[in-house]
Formats: sequence, C-alpha cells, structure tokens
Amino acid sequence: MNTEPDLPANHDEARRNFLKQSSLLTALALVPGPVVEAAAQNLDERVASAFEKVPLKLEINGKKFKLDVEPRTTLLDLLREQLHLTGTKKGCDYGQCGACTVHVDGQRVNSCLSFAVMHEGKKITTIEGLADGDKLHPMQAAFVKHDGFQCGYCTPGQIMSAVACVREGHAGSEAEIREYMSGNICRCGAYTNIVAAIQEVKNGGQKV
Amino acid sequence: MNQFQYIRPSKQQAAIEAVARDANAKFIAGGTNLVDLMKRGVMAPQKLVDINRLPLAKIEHENGGLRIGALALNSAVADDRQVRERQPLLAQAINAGASAQLRNMATTGGNMLQRTRCPYFYDTALPCNKREPGTGCGALEGINRMHAIFGFSDKCIAVHPSDMSVALVALDATVLVSGPKGDRRIPFADLHRLPGDTPEKDTTLEPGELITAVDVPDGPFTKHVSYYKVRERASYAFALVSAAVALDLDGNTIKAARLAFGGVAHKPWRLQTAEQFLVGKPATEETFRQAAAVAMQGAKAFKHNEYKLKLAPNTLIQTLKNAAAA
Repeated sequence: MNTEPDLPANHDEARRNFLKQSSLLTALALVPGPVVEAAAQNLDERVASAFEKVPLKLEINGKKFKLDVEPRTTLLDLLREQLHLTGTKKGCDYGQCGACTVHVDGQRVNSCLSFAVMHEGKKITTIEGLADGDKLHPMQAAFVKHDGFQCGYCTPGQIMSAVACVREGHAGSEAEIREYMSGNICRCGAYTNIVAAIQEVKNGGQKV
Repeated sequence: MNQFQYIRPSKQQAAIEAVARDANAKFIAGGTNLVDLMKRGVMAPQKLVDINRLPLAKIEHENGGLRIGALALNSAVADDRQVRERQPLLAQAINAGASAQLRNMATTGGNMLQRTRCPYFYDTALPCNKREPGTGCGALEGINRMHAIFGFSDKCIAVHPSDMSVALVALDATVLVSGPKGDRRIPFADLHRLPGDTPEKDTTLEPGELITAVDVPDGPFTKHVSYYKVRERASYAFALVSAAVALDLDGNTIKAARLAFGGVAHKPWRLQTAEQFLVGKPATEETFRQAAAVAMQGAKAFKHNEYKLKLAPNTLIQTLKNAAAA
C-alpha cells in the first residue's frame, strides 16, 4: 500500500540508486577493462549493475565464445542479433510457439524465455550445428523427404524439438509424438508430415 | 524490457538476503513465467537473483516421503522413477502442463509460484487489482470465460494456472521454505491464498522467503490415480477445468480419496467434503455423481463461465472413473 510516509523514502532510495549507478559508471570508465573483467570473474557473487554488460562464456555448435551481454538479452536475441545465427527463429517471443527451440546441454528449451547470462558455461546447439558439414542430420533429411514444412518458419524449431523428442524416448507412437511435439506450432499445418518424418527417423534406428 | 541488475549467488543465505532487503528484487530459476511477464511489462524487477547455482535440484526418498528440490526441473520430476512409482498422480499432472521444452526449463518451486494467466492481468492497458492494486477487476464485468467459480472476491476472479500444484494439494504435500527469519514448513493447501481484498498476493510467502523443496508423503495412492485436464486443444493449453483424483480401493470399496480441481479458483482447489463423502462407498458411477454434486456446493458462475458449473462436475466424474479403472 502506498501510504504517504513511504513516498519520500522511495524517492530517496531512487535518488540514491541513481547516484550509485552514475558513480559506478564513472568508476567503470576509469578502471582498465581487464581489471573489471578479472574482478567480475573472481567474485563469488557476480554482480552486474544495470547498464553493465556481463562477461559470458558459452559453447555454441562446438565453438567456444567469450561474450559480453546485457543481463536482459535473451538467449534467442544473443544467437540472432549478436552472433548472427539466424537459423533459430523468433515466432511469438513468449514461449508459445516453439520456433526458437535450441538444445542447452542436450535438452530442448525455448531460447526466447531464457536470459543468456543464465547459461554461463553451457553447451548450446542450434539448427546450424545439426548437420555434419554438407551432410544433413537424419532428421533434416527426413523433413525434406516427407515434406515436413510449407513456409518453413517453424521448421528449425520443429527439427530441434524432433531430435530431442527421439533422444528422450518420447517418439514411441504417433500419439506420443504429437503430445511431445505440442510445444511447436505450425501455422501451415504440416503436422501429419512432421509426424511421419519423426517416425521414420525413430524406426530407422539411425543415431540422432 | 527494462534493464535490471543480475546477481548469481552461490550461497542460499546470500540469495535470501538479496531479495529480503530489496522490495524490487526477485528470485529467478527457470524464468519461463517471469521472463514472459517482464517482456510484457507486467512485472519489472530491478534486480534478479539467479538461484540456479544453489544445490536444490535433488529428488530423494527419505523419512517416508519424497523430497523434491525446488530447482528440480518439471521434466526431471515427471520422468523420475521414484516419482512415477510412488506418486504417479504428480507425474501425470506435471506432464499435462506446458510443453516438453518448457518442462525442461520450469522448476518445481517456480511452477508453484507462476502467476495467473488472466488476460486482464497480462494486458497492462487494462485494469487489474492483482497487477495494480486499486485499479479494479477488468474480468468481473468483462470476458470471464476462463475465470473462477470458487473462492473469488469482488477484487479478483482469476484462477491459478499450475497443474502440478493441483496434484500436490491433493497429495497433502508440504512446502519447505527458507527466509530471513529462518526455515519453516507450509502445508501445501496454505501456500496459495484466496484473493480477498489483496489479490496482489498470490501466496503466503513473506518477502525474501525462498522455496527450497516440497515433501510428498508416501501413501496408498500408487495405482488408482488420474489427472484429467479439459482444455481447448489436445495439448499445450491451460485448463478450463482439471481434476486430480487418488483413490485407495479395497475391492470396489473406497477406503480413502484425495480430490482437487484446477482452473476453478485462485488456488488449487482441494475437495475435502467430497473426499469424506466417498469413504466407505462403492466405486460406482452413481457414487461419483453424488460426490461431484458435493464438490460443486458453493460454486457460482459469471457471465461467460457458466459452462464450468457443468464441466467441473463432469470432469470430476470422468477422472474418478479413470482413477478407479487405472
């Protein structure tokens, strides 16, 4: 409840925070970059003030990255905007469509609902990391063979999710595939062919 | 999205203190709900305290029950052998929620603490007492087809969206909490609250209190259980109405029953009067119909959710049948 005595207190606090932030910015400007980085990495509790970028180490598609990101950057925006890995798609941006599905340490997740800084030290696989050079991943080949897409926008997410679905052991029947693929929406309605592609990969026994 | 300060403590006490001393700080674990709300401007914490480094992800069986760490992922809990054997109702309920991707991110503690999906709460252009106390409830006279039929107030008619919590309240779980004043245990039924005059408060947690685990006591409910969720598509949608049922049968006689509804109230809605009604009765459709009538006592609909007055008892009857046949 906002009672009157709270107002000046809040105001003071806001002013103090602003002063703290401005002096921190000044301090940061005066300290050599490596010192700031070293300090940040050695802290038990790593603190990132507003406006400060946080150092972040990630492995993406087998390649190691040392990055600086704003805490508010989602994993999806990091991949697309900073690293230009645009295979991962932004559909709804609210975790409702699955177009942004990637693997983090082998588990499929919605990259739009996750801050990149929360994945320090993790291994990310995107659609770009699935093929072996020019050789398509079996799931990619099966999607082509079965026409598992029309416009193609949801396809990277569908394929990342489909690979995980088979690896998890949740592709045992058509009903199970449909249930465990329900987080990937296809507005074109290619579902029948997507299920066929997943079943072929599952039944083919290839290593996914 | 507004900028925020981000910290990642490795000690539980540091995390608790960081949130306890700053009203604008929030814990973040899976982030599946909080990030969504921050993108929409519904919540705007100035500091996020990432608790993922805390050792709270274990699922253990000890002292006559399961102890599920607050950071155990929904997918990990639903796939855990001990959970599936000892508390199959919980596994079913978790798998009825969200999608495979979201269950790989969402945690046990976070699932309990997710906010309502009421569209008036989510749309910052519309009035909502939960989001902005004193602005009024848009749903009361608005589009209220997804809303509560039990336990609402004239300040808020939103429903709690969690499936997992419906099973946990039925299974007499206890929430373990650690806070600036120490540790305490909260019976699951007392974790979530009714809106009353303060719908901005979803739970009885105090500032800075962190859920560390949930205890689910062993019971006889390992076979005749069912979680049944009625929604507008076959999967990946919030419940219109859901029901959790656990029966202990001796032949065809009901020795004990645990029942709860989801999608009907501001909290997972335990049905103790209907449970008591079932004890000693035969597991027949007639018994289930009578129990459903008991369960619906006190229900009241709004302009667009009158269907729930039929859907809820029918869902309960079907779930009782599923459980008895399981």
